[in-house]
Amino acid sequence: MIKTDILIIGAGPTGLFAVFEAGLLQLKCHLIDALPQAGGQCSEIYPKKPIYDIPGFPEVLAGELVDNLMEQIRPFQPGFTLGERAETIEKLDDGTFIVTTNKGTKHSAPIVAIAGGLGSFEPRKPLLENLSKYEDNGIAYIIKDPEIYRNKRVVIAGGGDSALDWSIFLTDVASEVTLVHRRNEFRGALDSVEKVQHLKNEGKINLITPAEIVGLKGDEKLEAVTIRKSTDPQQDFDLNVDNFIPLFGLSPKLGPIADWGLEIEKNAIKVDNTLDYQTNIPGVYAIGDVNTYPGKLKLILCGFHEATLMCQSAYQRIFPDKKYVMKYTTVGGVTGFDGSKKEAPKAVVKAID
Amino acid sequence: MDIKINITDRDGVTHEVDAPTDMNMNLMEVVRSYELAPEGTIGVCGGMAMCASCQCYVKSDHELPEKSDDEEAMLAEAFYVEDNSRLGCQIRITEDLDGLEVELAPES
Repeated sequence: MIKTDILIIGAGPTGLFAVFEAGLLQLKCHLIDALPQAGGQCSEIYPKKPIYDIPGFPEVLAGELVDNLMEQIRPFQPGFTLGERAETIEKLDDGTFIVTTNKGTKHSAPIVAIAGGLGSFEPRKPLLENLSKYEDNGIAYIIKDPEIYRNKRVVIAGGGDSALDWSIFLTDVASEVTLVHRRNEFRGALDSVEKVQHLKNEGKINLITPAEIVGLKGDEKLEAVTIRKSTDPQQDFDLNVDNFIPLFGLSPKLGPIADWGLEIEKNAIKVDNTLDYQTNIPGVYAIGDVNTYPGKLKLILCGFHEATLMCQSAYQRIFPDKKYVMKYTTVGGVTGFDGSKKEAPKAVVKAID
Repeated sequence: MDIKINITDRDGVTHEVDAPTDMNMNLMEVVRSYELAPEGTIGVCGGMAMCASCQCYVKSDHELPEKSDDEEAMLAEAFYVEDNSRLGCQIRITEDLDGLEVELAPES
């Protein structure tokens, strides 16, 4: 059981900044995210895109913003459960919550802050008959352990970085790697595209473009895929494979959070925006893109503000009897849980003769 | 100046809406402003041609701006793509588009 003060669901910019604001109040945080890395959409969808409306940053790349946030919260030693999706929530008699992930990891905290953005990112699945029959039976959307492809015949579909990178990687593992994409052009880092070109010339990657996988075959498990290379279905052909990895990107789904008994409106969680962004369940907050209230704007800068007010309210809930006034970092500095201390240098006081 | 656009939603209902040409809006934003598709199911990436949640089929023969490389690449990875598929976020509302007819592609 992982114990913390504020359990944050979603490690995007809003969730990460909440760690900082909580840390100033000496509250510890742990974050759960379905993606294998922190940063949410900023890391997953548009790391190389510049953002122009972060206060104090005339221009910052989304990926850089995440790096900066990680650096800013480092003294507060947040815990992370990455690559797991928050599945269920349970309120105990003492008012604390237990949140369990799809892999069974349990987290206990008096406060839950949902900073889930548009939801957890799920792989986009191709529209193929009998797809579910072969899932985990030859078809996987996420490569967890490359070793299972050792000496196997693998076909990958997709035209982005992950399709390119895994095709390259698996040439050293699988016995046969085929890459199928609807166009001749790939959208990926230039050196990945060149590497695939090189491996194709060497005969290590069987590149089939422009083409599409239109059918799946096999009795118990996947045995072959049907490939369409021209507009004439008569010319479809089968390729014998052991594994098919469709890599068509990810799309966010609100997912299990929708069943937590929270008030949902327009695919977002209703919160009290007059006070602290608390949901209809006391002790559960929703901050950032995942919440809604009159006048809501899905902006990172709004998420930062919401995270800040949420932490103040969380503090009051955890310590109802403590008197507290907000302290500026220019006055109080930043004292990390790791023993580090940052503060403004003392002014020099010296008489002039 | 406002123009008229006919948008068929994912339930097959057609809506004639007014779209402003002076607000630097794109088709995806028009759909969202009239709430013709549930929030969270359209414009997921915000309009960067990176998610295809605003894919639509262009039914009228208006001359549209050429697809950028980004839009081409995204459509090549999207589902339910037809020859007349476009990403709504890449179509800026201009006076030339008066009377445009589009149909939203299924959610995927």
